[in-house]
Amino acid sequence: MSMTLRLGYVPLLDAAPLIIAEALGFAEEEGLSLDLNTAPSWAALRDMLAVGQVDAAQMLAPVPVAMALGLGRGPVRFEALCVLNLNGNVIGVSDALAAKMASAGFGFDFTDARAAGRALLAASPSLRIGVPYAFSMHRELLHYWLRASGAVAEQLDIRTVPPPRMAEALQAGEIDLFCVGEPWGSVAVENGSGTLLLPTSALWARAPEKVLATRLGWAEAEPALAGPLLRALWRAGRWLGRAENHIIAAEMLTAQGRIAVSAELIERALTGRVVTAPDGREHLSPQLITFFEGAAGFPWRSQAAWIGAALAGRHGLDVVEASATAADVFRSDLYRQHLRPAGAILPGASEKLEGALAEATAVPAERGQLILPADRFFDARIFDLTAPVR
Amino acid sequence: MGQRLSVIVVEKDRARALLIVDGLRDAGDFDVMVIAEETGLARRIAQRNPDLVLIDAGNPSRDVLEELALATGPNERPVAMFVDQSDGSLTKAAIEAGMSAYVVDGLRADRIKPILDAAIARFHMLQKMRIELQETRRALEERKSIDRAKGILMRARGIGEEEAYALLRKTAMDQGRKLADVASALVLAADLLK
Repeated sequence: MSMTLRLGYVPLLDAAPLIIAEALGFAEEEGLSLDLNTAPSWAALRDMLAVGQVDAAQMLAPVPVAMALGLGRGPVRFEALCVLNLNGNVIGVSDALAAKMASAGFGFDFTDARAAGRALLAASPSLRIGVPYAFSMHRELLHYWLRASGAVAEQLDIRTVPPPRMAEALQAGEIDLFCVGEPWGSVAVENGSGTLLLPTSALWARAPEKVLATRLGWAEAEPALAGPLLRALWRAGRWLGRAENHIIAAEMLTAQGRIAVSAELIERALTGRVVTAPDGREHLSPQLITFFEGAAGFPWRSQAAWIGAALAGRHGLDVVEASATAADVFRSDLYRQHLRPAGAILPGASEKLEGALAEATAVPAERGQLILPADRFFDARIFDLTAPVR
Repeated sequence: MGQRLSVIVVEKDRARALLIVDGLRDAGDFDVMVIAEETGLARRIAQRNPDLVLIDAGNPSRDVLEELALATGPNERPVAMFVDQSDGSLTKAAIEAGMSAYVVDGLRADRIKPILDAAIARFHMLQKMRIELQETRRALEERKSIDRAKGILMRARGIGEEEAYALLRKTAMDQGRKLADVASALVLAADLLK
């Protein structure tokens, strides 16, 4: 007798852990049956979770943090039980802007964020930028990158464009630049409307992207559901992290119209072999999206604090207070409690210096050691939760 | 206070938009405008400066409206998402009807309620029509695959139409599956063997 859980997601590559957990039977092994519901927008998904139409949902990592900070006017509060994936977004520019950058000698290496930032601002002093949602890593990372590259706030006009409309908006000249989750960046390349400049992993190698969000208190009230769900998602993430599964994963994610693009487009981001321009240029970017490596699912309190500090900076809140409030939104305590029985390697600490590792480093785990991959920001800044700076 | 409330309905489909507008007209004297174009949606709405925006919850462009809810400039009127309003039952009714509403802050609840009640009723109607359409389409698809499956069986086994249908039905009953599922499995398998 299995218990049914209602989950919500937006059809994107990073919904993969939810889809795979159900499709490959990882949920069933835990005695769960997942009723997966797609949402047409992040606002709709937030509402579905808020009013209880679903029990848990894939969510942009900054959404539950923004709620905790009182931004976005909701009386409801969410918390994050795990990180579903790191990165998985790409930044693309219009053909006109790409041509201008190329003629100034920029090489489009899909790697060097410093050079890309400089070339971009040299080619276009003001930028109209499309992101999927007001509270998103897309928005926070773009802001971080362009400000650190020398742009002032007045040069940046960041607005919301729904991902399925992103390519169209670029082509229609409504925006010059976008940051969007795969496969929508590849869709823009495929229909000839844009050139990809960078993956967001070039801005922050280990940026939390989507989390599993639940209503505040739900996971503690329903440990017999939250535990199996977290373990099923962890196993799905482990499966997705193996290179030999990428091709079949692409097929499964696009089967039955789950994500309504061709498997070939999904495969690009999964394998990290990305076609970056309409002329067919290809770049290798193996860290474009991470589901598992280096305890990717662990909800570090310091990740939430970084998001809190970034939001506070843009919305005029106290940065120290916001980081502390934000840290509590990522429930590393519940993650430990429910993943320990599955044999997951859990870090010894729940907070770390974000951006401090220039190379893979062994750190103490609850049992033994854990190898944490390099987690640098493009400008080599280090974020310390205990001393967040503006 | 006597000013007419201005309402914007965001809806691409002309017929749907008209139905909603008619519903609102019946409920009172409102200044209703429809925006069908999704390009520059935030700018169009800001220009008009409405008291209330109604949008299908299934519209991906809804996230664009979320930005309006964050407007904090000194001359901007704050907009609240309807889902956050205190009237829980009205909120729930709207979500179930597949409607989202954005209401300008400070608008008295008794002025909003008749509009929202009328809009919710219309969205319910539209949702029902959409479900009926889907069901009709599905029934048609099922009919088609049952017909094809019958044809496949008739050719492969040299039997008549009635016998082919009986065979499908018996198989479905034996396996505890729906007739249409058995038929589409057979069609799929036959396509693979071509």
